[in-house]
Amino acid sequence: MARYILKRLLWIIPVVLGVTIMVFTIMYLTPGDPARMILGSNATEEKVEELHEQLGMNGNYFQRLGRYMKQVFIDHDLGSSYYTGVRVTDQIKARLPFTLRIAGISILIAACIGIPLGVLAATHHYTWIDNLAMFGSLFCVSMPGFWFALILVSFFAIKLGWLPAVGIRSWTGYILPCVSGAIGGAAGLARQTRSSMLEVIRQDYITTARAKGQTERKVIFQHALKNAMIPIITVLGSMFGSSLGGALIIETIFSIPGMGTYLTDAISKRDYPIIQGGVLFISICFCLIMLLVDIIYAFVDPRIRSQYAGKGKKKQKKEVR
Amino acid sequence: MKARKKKSHTKEILHRLFKNKLAVAGLVVIILLVLVAIFAPFLAPYGYEVQDLTATYQFPNGTHLLGTDNLGRDILSRLIYGTRQSLRIGVLSVAIASICGITLGSIAGFYGGKTDNILMRILDIYQSVPAMLLSIALAAALGPGINNAILAIGISTMAEYARMIRAQILTIREREYVEAARAINASDARIVLKHIIPNAFAPLIVSITMNIGNSILAAATLSFIGLGAQPPLPEWGAMLSAGRSYMRDYGYLVIIPGICIMISVLAFNLLGDGLRDALDPKMKN
Amino acid sequence: MSGETKEELLRIRDLVVEYDTDEDVVQAVNHVDLQLGKGETLGLVGETGAGKTTIAKAILRILPDPPSRVKAGEIYFEGKDILKLSEGKMRKIRGNKIAMIFQDPMTALNPIETVGSQIAEAIGLHEKLSKAEVQKRAVDMLEMVGIPGERYGEYPHQFSGGMKQRVVIAMALACRPELLLADEPTTALDVTIQAQVLDMMESLKEKLNTSMILITHDLGIVAGMCDRVAVVYAGEIVEQGTTEEVFDFPGHPYTLGLFQSLPRLDSTEKRLKPINGLMPDPTNLPEGCKFYDRCPYACEKCKEKEPEMREYRPGHFVRCIRQGGEK
Repeated sequence: MARYILKRLLWIIPVVLGVTIMVFTIMYLTPGDPARMILGSNATEEKVEELHEQLGMNGNYFQRLGRYMKQVFIDHDLGSSYYTGVRVTDQIKARLPFTLRIAGISILIAACIGIPLGVLAATHHYTWIDNLAMFGSLFCVSMPGFWFALILVSFFAIKLGWLPAVGIRSWTGYILPCVSGAIGGAAGLARQTRSSMLEVIRQDYITTARAKGQTERKVIFQHALKNAMIPIITVLGSMFGSSLGGALIIETIFSIPGMGTYLTDAISKRDYPIIQGGVLFISICFCLIMLLVDIIYAFVDPRIRSQYAGKGKKKQKKEVR
Repeated sequence: MKARKKKSHTKEILHRLFKNKLAVAGLVVIILLVLVAIFAPFLAPYGYEVQDLTATYQFPNGTHLLGTDNLGRDILSRLIYGTRQSLRIGVLSVAIASICGITLGSIAGFYGGKTDNILMRILDIYQSVPAMLLSIALAAALGPGINNAILAIGISTMAEYARMIRAQILTIREREYVEAARAINASDARIVLKHIIPNAFAPLIVSITMNIGNSILAAATLSFIGLGAQPPLPEWGAMLSAGRSYMRDYGYLVIIPGICIMISVLAFNLLGDGLRDALDPKMKN
Repeated sequence: MSGETKEELLRIRDLVVEYDTDEDVVQAVNHVDLQLGKGETLGLVGETGAGKTTIAKAILRILPDPPSRVKAGEIYFEGKDILKLSEGKMRKIRGNKIAMIFQDPMTALNPIETVGSQIAEAIGLHEKLSKAEVQKRAVDMLEMVGIPGERYGEYPHQFSGGMKQRVVIAMALACRPELLLADEPTTALDVTIQAQVLDMMESLKEKLNTSMILITHDLGIVAGMCDRVAVVYAGEIVEQGTTEEVFDFPGHPYTLGLFQSLPRLDSTEKRLKPINGLMPDPTNLPEGCKFYDRCPYACEKCKEKEPEMREYRPGHFVRCIRQGGEK
């Protein structure tokens, strides 16, 4: 097991390096010269060169890439805003908690609604419950998330005035953002859980469990659900990734001072270091989450565990026929 | 004999598909959307950029069936022309994604070994950035505009296709009938054509259908944050985004385009779902 | 070998099972009558799709409902009609008095639970024992089927196919059931392992005095293990009797066809002799004899009316108008 974890951890390193290069290259290839934009069209060549030097924009691709890699990995500096000069890492520190909170709560809500719904649909396959649940999920998944958020705001905040439309001064401010973030996830989870459950319920070992005289309840929850949840772990992991991406939208709508608004503001101002640093940071987080998912997988599925149990165990498998 | 079996197989699939009423509804809506897009100039009562500053912010009424926006443009007409934008986005971005993805996946799956390894590692790195974030970053880098949005969405979603095709190729490569074909000296191209493509077809078409819907959603999201379609293009997401500031008093500006997006995406999703059920032999029984 | 009349353990009377597909209703089991005495082994022989597994699953009442349903009939086990029992009472019988072994050992075990705990689950459900005692019993069962007890904590994927099947057998016999339903227990195994597993089943059966219904399409296994045999075709029993009777004096044309289609070492035949045609469409069964269009002895009367089971020889029944001297 430890071997497996170590292997996966080592694997993260090239991936992180790769992501850094990729994100840097995307930003590098962006047309337009920020220095000129900052200084205005009247700026002299000298001034532009000076600013280039100041902002580290001189040199060719490799020189700049090298500089950036050193900056990120050795100096632990994700850059600073072109406009305000504030360090990206500082802003991330301040804003990340909000984003994480919202993403985390959204996923929790999504799981609490989606997974039971999926199980319900699967155990009532061929009935109206199944059809309704699946249509409902499909419906929710087809909605633009931000549209749904706007509708919620206009209804609960503006019309009814029960919840705040923007900001998170108190805990009530979290409700609308988290619920609108959760809807798409819940629907997706419901569908995935259902299909995983249906796959598992079809298996022979479920019939075996019934033939042993096990109660239907235990058959579903102990035998079927446990097996069905294994692939769902991966789904939850990637859902975290997409909620980090979706945070951009949700935070914009509710004016929440998290990573999302940080990035969207930067995008509209073409503040590239922020875009670069922010995207890189989120990607690295995502990588780590997926690593966690893989490790949990190994804990939960004995077949995977054996694959990585290491060479030592192999000789115990005596083929006593 | 194989040709005959395939024909009835296709018929059976179509039969199963058409029994699914929701899927058929989805298909009908899609066909309607295509027709509206093609005949937009005949169907729309006004041009999409015709402004009438004396008739701004009108609620749905007799002259403007769905009201007007802040510049007096007829919303119904803009929605009708908007189908062109949405369909364009959906189809083009999926085309880009699938062609790039399938090519990559095919190379990886077919040549295997080192090539496969390297390509898969690149895909891993690629997929480390959440797709939405990647398309935003790409769109931000490329600049606003609907074509850039299409490119951004296309590029950020290609990984799925690559993995799908590669997985199909790897599974089928190992299957006995391919070994058998090799044993009688069938060429590689023949194996690809006769065995790999027909088998890979099913999950591919399901993915493509559902991704058209997702791309429309992604484009709407990009428009919402200012990337993507720019005024005066009547893309539904852009209309929604523009209407946001006036939402308090003129809710219809936001609700109506959103409904259009939802119906279109739902139609593609229903069709995709129906296709998946129809193509999966294990399902009904 | 008519022998002493054994005490009757199981009697199936007029069982009818259907299930729904999208368009039609499949007649899976049609008016089946069967009996089984204590300590007996009854072989249920027939092609794939004949309905053998459905009969077994109907006994245990583990047919998926929907889409299947038992439309008519009674199943008397130890004197009581178990089709009429409540689900709760039926659960006490499953795994306890009646147990089942399924065909494919590779998928019959829960991949994320240890083999020991799966056997223990069967024991724990029906016997009032402490956890330690349950575990000990499970270990004993493992040993009984030839698996070292230390492997209690291992997972199914760590065992070969043959060993997995032994675990399945251990699980089934853990509560000393009166009746064991074995659905093609060795079909998925290779021939050398088959013999081992069958031998083991035989000796366990004797040791624990278990009655067995052995479903198979392999006549060789029937010859080696079964006291009596019933031939199933298109959801019906077409021939029933002791193994010797049926093997020496096959009565039904289908049974005859089955024996003739077996390749023989002692003949110089160059080609195999299959039975022509296919089983009838179960959604659209013919009115008369179901074997009509494949039967080399068929006549007009066969097409009109469903033949009844006739006693062709003492204790040996055949569903054909030809036997019993009518032709």
